[in-house]
Amino acid sequence: MSEKPKGKMAFYWAASCGGCEIAVLQVDAKILDIAAAFDIVFWPCATDGKTRDVEKLADGEIDVCLFNGAIRTSEQEYMARLLRKKSKVLIAFGSCSQEGGIPGLANLSNRKEIFDTVYKENSATFPENPDDLRPQHETEMPEGTLYLPVFYDTVKTLDQTVEVDYYLPGCPPEGDNIWAAVTAILEGKLPDPGSVIGAHSTVCDECKRIRTEKKIKKFYRTWEIKPDPDTCLLEQGLLCCGIATRAGCGALCPEVNSPCIGCQGANEGVQDFGARLISALASVIDSEDPEEIDQIIKDGIPDPIGTFYRFSLAKSLLRRKKQTV
Amino acid sequence: MSDETFEPKIVGFMCNWCSYTASDLAGTARMKHAPNVRIIRVMCSGRVDPTFVLKAFSLGADAVLIAGCHPGDCHYQNQNYKTIRRHAMLKYILPQMGIEPERIRLVWASAAEGQILADAIDKLSEDVRKLGPLRWADNWEENGERLEALESIVKEHEEAMEVQP
Repeated sequence: MSEKPKGKMAFYWAASCGGCEIAVLQVDAKILDIAAAFDIVFWPCATDGKTRDVEKLADGEIDVCLFNGAIRTSEQEYMARLLRKKSKVLIAFGSCSQEGGIPGLANLSNRKEIFDTVYKENSATFPENPDDLRPQHETEMPEGTLYLPVFYDTVKTLDQTVEVDYYLPGCPPEGDNIWAAVTAILEGKLPDPGSVIGAHSTVCDECKRIRTEKKIKKFYRTWEIKPDPDTCLLEQGLLCCGIATRAGCGALCPEVNSPCIGCQGANEGVQDFGARLISALASVIDSEDPEEIDQIIKDGIPDPIGTFYRFSLAKSLLRRKKQTV
Repeated sequence: MSDETFEPKIVGFMCNWCSYTASDLAGTARMKHAPNVRIIRVMCSGRVDPTFVLKAFSLGADAVLIAGCHPGDCHYQNQNYKTIRRHAMLKYILPQMGIEPERIRLVWASAAEGQILADAIDKLSEDVRKLGPLRWADNWEENGERLEALESIVKEHEEAMEVQP
């Protein structure tokens, strides 16, 4: 693609599902252009490489690191710090690294509660554990000491751990936007550090459905109604997060009759996704009677945090549930 | 949790047209009330974005008071009805985050109701004193194992790197 010396690129995967690793391939054949412009120095999912190879690099030797996943163990925090030191540009790739993502919902529990569920109460995940064993950070064996990463009480975003240069939103990021970011890097046209690479409007702006005045008397769960294909889903009582969510996906979900769940994260200038959504929904509930309002909310939104902060709990103003001491 | 020396920090958002004037009245009339509320004047209780409330908690407030004109009396026609709905939503989500819903309170106080506002402040201060401090940022602290574990990874890797193939 260019005669310039090849740059160095790294990918890493922390607390995430792995979808972001696959999403990179959404750039289709352009992946060859990426390979032509960059040497992949580290990508555990796709290439052979060890942490110590990264440790041996000079500081700032990696030109771009795409880091997906939230930080929930000491190992992930170590890798985030290491890759930050070795990379000129660190990009938080996808919801989990940007705002905690689905793993961030674990902030409604803490380590003990999660371990209790996995190792004690839930026979499906761990059927036999009569001695109530739990993972330990250090285990002495005849061969020496074995270490497991420490599991944190609170899932953190990448930028709550190290300084992040850019954010690529989405669960996972869309191919077009990944390519836009790569192009910006190659052409040296990156926006101001700290920016989100993506659209600056909401999903509603991309949604083709017809909008009129929103007045909602009842929220429906997705299986309760068959929505009209042309009318705004929120107007039909489906809790669509498009009003608060950053554009960039082309309103994929509303297009197929499914309400937006907010995976592209908060729109530009929004500090707390859930608060923005609450604010917007409060404006459209059609009632002035406090009791009726309470009932509409209670009946229609059984899991408010999971609905308002599905992808952004770790990044929200409160970050996690109160810890009981 | 009862703490003799605990003084609740309460952030009070008050609408310019009714409640802020009410608090002014309470002041000029020398009504006594608890000194725990830090007042922030807003043009309308409908201006109180839920972000403000959550931010107050995350920055160390023990409670948030929102005060506005009585329903029907809003200077901007019906914005305080939005306040009712936002308050209802906030009250509904806070328990899931482990915050007592009593820590957010909505009161109506017209410009003439200095006493009502003063009483509401007293009541909220008293209730929050019983609930105890919130100290939200403490929830983000990771236990001491974390730093130890980070250091041990570096040590482990150094040792592993000494092993040459």
